Amino acid sequence: MARKLPSRDVVIIGLGWTGAILANELTDAGLDVVAIERGPWRDTAESFNVGYAPDELRFAVRLDLFLRPAQETLTFRNNLNQTALPIRQFGSFLPGDGVGGAGVHWNGQNWRYHPTDFRLRSHLIERYGASAIGDLTIQDWGVTYDELEPFFDRFEKIAGISGKAGNLKGAIQPGGNPFEGSRSDDYPLPPMQMTYAPTLFAEAARSVGYHPFPTPSANASGAYTNPLGLTMGPCTFCGFCERFGCANYSKASPQVNVLPVLMRKRNFEARTECEVLKINLDGSGKRATGVTYVDTAGQEWEQPGDLVICCAFSLFNVRMLLLSGIGKPYDPSTNEGVVGRNYSYQTNSSVQMFFDNKTFNPFIASGALGQSADDFNGDNFDHTGLGFIGGAGMNCIPTNGRPILTRPVPPGTPNWGSAWKKATKESYNSAFSITSQGSSYTTRGNYIDLDPTYKDRFGRPLMRMTFDFPENDIRMSAFVNDKLATVAKAMGPRQIVANKTGTPYSVVPYQSTHNVGGAIMGADPKTSVLNKYLQSWDVPNVFVMGASAYPQNAGYNPTGTVGALAYWAAHAIRTQYLKNPGPMVQA
Amino acid sequence: MRRALVSAAFAAIGFAAPANAVDQQAFEQVERGRYLTIMGDCVACHTAPGGKPYAGGLTIATPFGNLLSPNITPDVATGIGAFSDDQFVNAVQNGIGSKGQRLYPALPYPYYHKMPRADLLAIRAYLNTLDPVSNAVEPNQLPFPFNIRMSLLFWNLLNFDRTPLVDDPNQSPQWNRGRYIVEGPGHCGACHTPKTWLGGDNTSQALKGGVLQGWFAPDITGQARKGIGDWSEDELVAYLKTGVIARSSASGPMAEVVVNSTSKLSDADLRAVAIYLKSLTPASAPAPAALAASDPHMVAGKAIYKDSCAACHREDGEGIDNLFPRLRGSSVVQQDDPTTLIRVILEGTRAAATSERPTGAAMPSFAWRFSDDQVADLITYIRNGWGNGASSVSASAVKDIRGADRPNPAKTGQAP
Amino acid sequence: MSHYALTRRYFLGSTTLAFLFGGATGAGAKTITGQQPWMAFAANPPTPELGNGLLFFIPSEFATIDAIVARLIPADDLGPGAKEAGCATFIDRRLAGSFGTFQRFYMQPPFANGTPQQGPQSANIPHVIYRTGLAALDAYSRATYAGKAFTALELAQQDAVLQAMEKGEAKFAGAVSAQQFFAMLLQNTREGFFADPLYGGNRDMIGWKLVGFPGARYDYRDHVSKHNQPYPLPPVSIFGRPDWQMKG
Repeated sequence: MARKLPSRDVVIIGLGWTGAILANELTDAGLDVVAIERGPWRDTAESFNVGYAPDELRFAVRLDLFLRPAQETLTFRNNLNQTALPIRQFGSFLPGDGVGGAGVHWNGQNWRYHPTDFRLRSHLIERYGASAIGDLTIQDWGVTYDELEPFFDRFEKIAGISGKAGNLKGAIQPGGNPFEGSRSDDYPLPPMQMTYAPTLFAEAARSVGYHPFPTPSANASGAYTNPLGLTMGPCTFCGFCERFGCANYSKASPQVNVLPVLMRKRNFEARTECEVLKINLDGSGKRATGVTYVDTAGQEWEQPGDLVICCAFSLFNVRMLLLSGIGKPYDPSTNEGVVGRNYSYQTNSSVQMFFDNKTFNPFIASGALGQSADDFNGDNFDHTGLGFIGGAGMNCIPTNGRPILTRPVPPGTPNWGSAWKKATKESYNSAFSITSQGSSYTTRGNYIDLDPTYKDRFGRPLMRMTFDFPENDIRMSAFVNDKLATVAKAMGPRQIVANKTGTPYSVVPYQSTHNVGGAIMGADPKTSVLNKYLQSWDVPNVFVMGASAYPQNAGYNPTGTVGALAYWAAHAIRTQYLKNPGPMVQA
Repeated sequence: MRRALVSAAFAAIGFAAPANAVDQQAFEQVERGRYLTIMGDCVACHTAPGGKPYAGGLTIATPFGNLLSPNITPDVATGIGAFSDDQFVNAVQNGIGSKGQRLYPALPYPYYHKMPRADLLAIRAYLNTLDPVSNAVEPNQLPFPFNIRMSLLFWNLLNFDRTPLVDDPNQSPQWNRGRYIVEGPGHCGACHTPKTWLGGDNTSQALKGGVLQGWFAPDITGQARKGIGDWSEDELVAYLKTGVIARSSASGPMAEVVVNSTSKLSDADLRAVAIYLKSLTPASAPAPAALAASDPHMVAGKAIYKDSCAACHREDGEGIDNLFPRLRGSSVVQQDDPTTLIRVILEGTRAAATSERPTGAAMPSFAWRFSDDQVADLITYIRNGWGNGASSVSASAVKDIRGADRPNPAKTGQAP
Repeated sequence: MSHYALTRRYFLGSTTLAFLFGGATGAGAKTITGQQPWMAFAANPPTPELGNGLLFFIPSEFATIDAIVARLIPADDLGPGAKEAGCATFIDRRLAGSFGTFQRFYMQPPFANGTPQQGPQSANIPHVIYRTGLAALDAYSRATYAGKAFTALELAQQDAVLQAMEKGEAKFAGAVSAQQFFAMLLQNTREGFFADPLYGGNRDMIGWKLVGFPGARYDYRDHVSKHNQPYPLPPVSIFGRPDWQMKG
């Protein structure tokens, strides 16, 4: 039997990037906020300090900072003809856990989505006609890049992003990304010092006519104090970035960039190791009354609140809505319903190069230290006659040389024995890969619902993911992979190995943790879960943050846009919703 | 002595002087009292971990045994609510309790003696506005014979200098104000002045560094290198205001002092303190010659530093402004007594977090990682590298501070 | 007079309580408000694997594992191999931890065979995979090589057995397939060869020295711009390197 607690103004589910941002903004507005996080408290000095952070086995292989599938997982199938089975060990994607969430162990690659991404469907129809879309279910977001621009700026300044503007107030800047949307201000920090491989890549990319620029990076290029007064140190290129917490305050995270200020506030409370089971609704089903959660002793608690903000990882936001009965679940056979609709991912490929007589020192690295080129991303190029839409960023960001998992060898090398040993030794320091990170466009058949068979430890149904790469995306990825190979050739390696992506999609090898969609934003409540302010169409005092709001994915890491949307939504709540609680957009 | 007997006699008869001889509700009185209470940092000792502020019950470890701080909320039964003004002033200024008993100088009454009565009454007025908390505390936890309070008569004769503080007309008003704060309510010497074997201040070494509760509070006189002579006034003010400046980060009890007390004082008062401290230039021994870089301890220490410390404090010891303290030229690093350094490396520390500098960067605990030898060599290197010069540190000193039940790589079989 | 009363815990910052255990929010919640928690000596270091005793394998199993890893990453003219690095010890330790029982994974029934894209679905935990696999391996060896256990085979014969397992040509009786067992063996051996030495393998940083990985270093600012130049410092592990010990 759940025991009832005193009510709070705001209940936040999950204390990662969006939870910390929303909590900080709403406590500033004078509200009482409680954030309920199912994982543990995490702190730089205790959880990942310089003494034991650089431990590949513990953090990259055993995944100490990540969600355990035993705590929550989902079932998976490629299509409706299969029976979904549990993801018993995470592989393809690695959801985070704990205070700070994936904001602790991300790489720090930080992007603004392109202006055309936000009105993708309209834009592509304008340019190529409706037939170009085919049976893809891509949609407009309901919010524009121009509306979000000040909030992109805000997040970048809070996070201390290092980079070089390519488009400053409409004027193209040398050294930046010439394709990006217009920015009101440059990045708060200059680009990072480059290592050898990205320098070679940039020269080669330029030589074949592309426009490389430093990857926008949340690994600070120098000491920095953000607008909240919080200080970052400079990145030291340790090569223990993704999957690891940063030991010296140089990778942007909730811990470094928001929490110390948030935690000092009397009107904020963090409640850790408590798992929210569902959002409670009143009899009408149109108003949330709070949440029910369970603590580690197994006791259930009811935490009432006037405003509930779902700030968990994208997939788990979708599950929360399904389990709470907020919004009509999506049914692919009828194409009706909204929750679970338009789930998508990221379509990646790579080209690996083996060199003679070169020393790349792959262990001198950081998660976002590299060069990128957007020449074949999004709709930056003419797709006429190509047979696909979408694109991919070309990236040379060799993030690490950690030898358990990063040991390139040429194809055909035996997996063991002296020949393996020799090839491993020879290639370790003289090989690297360049990658394409591509858009993931949505289809009717790629969606999320609840599994009919498998349950979590509380007896609630697991989420079920049905997903495969659409043919469109495979064609797009192969196209950009060929462009990558062009750049690779210009670098003069001894051997080039192209790794193209194919179907069926497998959950086994790691690809990306950019799971997006399932609780998408839009202008039409018949095809979206949230309005442009990330407010639920069905239950106006519920907001859902995160990349679950993306109607489809672009060729970028989602976090920069997640941060901007969080600030955008917080601003809307403060300036509109609090003065007049209720639906902010008339359907 | 006679006054004490008289007060005791009155108390015995049950004569209760009115508790509120001064108008306790006067706004300006309470405000002044609040400021002075913060300056005196009463809350730090009179609050137990997990307890209500000012309700007492904190264990104060002295070389003679433990004391518990009393409840100074206005609760009548268990706090000071029934005290008369005279009893309150007598306690804080003279170390005489409400029953006429001598108070242990864990309450630094020799310092508070230098405060005028009006200031103490203002503090009383402020304390009277707090919520009364019922918390009965028996302060005297000392073992025999120290639990006999009469022994303090002898202690006071040796250590209680009742010379009142009179403004020095040859100094600026700011200097005099600074001296008042340091020698009076700020009671800086309670930590920063070394103690005699009786636990009293060794006044000939005033503010030249002292050990208290296992920390070494450094030299804060105006001499260069070990003291704060190299610090500018602005740096000192910023340090007291935030605990975090490029050259130093307050740790341990001083971080608490910053957060509870000095960060809330006015800039003018902090500048006065800075002016006073920098004016103190006692003669001091010349810097010891730095250990040669080729010394085997230095070689080992340098390797450890490069692998473990440089990622924050930088290979050149410069640190990162307002995040990782500069070690080169650091006065904290070059103190004669390395206790604080040893503690910081073994158990870690967290910088003060104030609204101006909220980061609160933390140095991790390394006790699990380094052996006693390694800690000793590392600290020896830091104390003698980059132009620094100070005594080297022995493994046995580290061992004593670490203690037998603390993390140690020797227990994990990983020590070399 | 002792300086050293390290018994007092202290909470920095404001005087109001940082931690509340129990109370209105329940015994199983950790509620944090008012400041970030901090405690002296707070740390969550890795647990090293001690000594030479066996935690999971029985001696005959360990001998077989030792022989296997010696073939997977052999000692040769490039230097010592997995056996010298202690990979068998590493695997023994790994199996004694949460990995051995797949404690972190979702092991709820029903178990069904799926497509390769759906990932591993077996109910067999590594304890079972190793124990059953080793027994089956020896049975296969005896059946194929006139009654000889794996450890008694010639090196070329051992290689042939391992190749047959890797390709799926060796048929093991029971629920654990030879391929499944081989894949786990290979993965764990590589982990043991390249993980921090505190975990029992990569002794003397043999694996790191082979490829030139500098180990648990955290600051490369002095080498970032030195493109195409080898990194000069020796590797360091979490518990240090020989240079941390005073010489002379």
